[in-house]
Amino acid sequence: MVAGLSDPMVPSPFCLQRVRKETYDTLTLELEPANGAGTFPFAAGQFNMLYAFGVGEVPISISGDPGEPQTLVHTVRAVGAVTQAICKLKRGEVLGVRGPFGSHWPVEEAAGSDVVIVAGGIGLAPLRPALYYLLSNREKYGRIALVYGARTLEDLLYKPELERWRSHLDLEVDVTVDTAPASYRGNVGVVTTLIPRARFDPFQAVALVCGPEVMMRFTVRELESRGVDPENIFISLERSMKCGIGFCGHCQFGSTFICRDGPVFSYAEIQPFFAKREI
Amino acid sequence: MENLERVLTEHPFFKGLNKRCLQLLVECASNVRFDAGQVIFREGEEAGVFYLIRHGRVSVETFAPNRGPVIIQTLGEGDLLGWSWLIEPFRWRFEARAVELTRAIALDGTCLRGKCEGDHELGYELMKRIAHVIENRLQATRLQLLNVYDGIRS
Repeated sequence: MVAGLSDPMVPSPFCLQRVRKETYDTLTLELEPANGAGTFPFAAGQFNMLYAFGVGEVPISISGDPGEPQTLVHTVRAVGAVTQAICKLKRGEVLGVRGPFGSHWPVEEAAGSDVVIVAGGIGLAPLRPALYYLLSNREKYGRIALVYGARTLEDLLYKPELERWRSHLDLEVDVTVDTAPASYRGNVGVVTTLIPRARFDPFQAVALVCGPEVMMRFTVRELESRGVDPENIFISLERSMKCGIGFCGHCQFGSTFICRDGPVFSYAEIQPFFAKREI
Repeated sequence: MENLERVLTEHPFFKGLNKRCLQLLVECASNVRFDAGQVIFREGEEAGVFYLIRHGRVSVETFAPNRGPVIIQTLGEGDLLGWSWLIEPFRWRFEARAVELTRAIALDGTCLRGKCEGDHELGYELMKRIAHVIENRLQATRLQLLNVYDGIRS
């Protein structure tokens, strides 16, 4: 949680420093503490509750580099009243931040293994901190593959960064879109079609998966059919998170609370109720 | 021929196929290459062949009024291109174009249909493999129709 805050329900004021437009409805915001507080340490995969004053609060994954905690980075898609209010903020304006909350990607535990990252749509945002970590500690891992799918070219996040990552000789980046004009030279098809040809050893790999739930269900099936152990598949779930600390019960998922026990789970842990419609 | 048999053996599509069937297939196979931008087949043309891609990338396209040519799928190393040679009226439903230099094994459909009629073990093995490809493409198409990326998460 924010340094110096003893009550996790009290938001800290953060000032909007920089805004980058990712797609027609998605922005990346860089925030700094408005009250001069220090850094904002977090682990890859955690989230914050962002409070647009007078409108409401939403859980948003942290999308910045855990190695650079001076700036808090969030990628926000304007889809509801609160996220639209956040995306309308101007440089210098303030929003409330509570967090960081939740579990994280097991990047340290994955040392010595291959790592395959599968992202769908805006699901790349919660995975970006994990990729930053892996690249900062590249020597600790075997092969690293990023497999990323979006609906169209216009929906791809972090395009300049994707190009930079492609230039890394020790990182395999494969991107696909559902549909594209004939002039496009890249992959067309859903993200799951890239998994069979991604280069990693399924018996020595850790998979980090994030995207809409239906995409994650089919991704898990593909990973399992390649031989990845469910214990080594990690997914990030989303439900209606309100308090962020497992008190209110809004995000109950089976026997867990996503805000407290998740959002990152081992697939083996939640397999019994992952595809249950009633949960 | 020995080289072609080795290439067919190593291709994922024919993984596990017995030697006798492979030797029958080799009689219908040839090496082909397509330069970047080269059209491999066009919608409506007679479909007398299918391809097993060894290297490169191929786009499967159609033409949509007001949108122009649209890529609906790309295929790469290890993939099969085309099954219209197997299903009447043996006409391509889409256009295929090499996105980059592409090397493939072409299998003559007329030759294969004849061999499959005469050797039902070969026919069954081939049909199982093609059904698997069609099933995978159908699943992928369903996911595209679902628009799986349109979640609400931020």
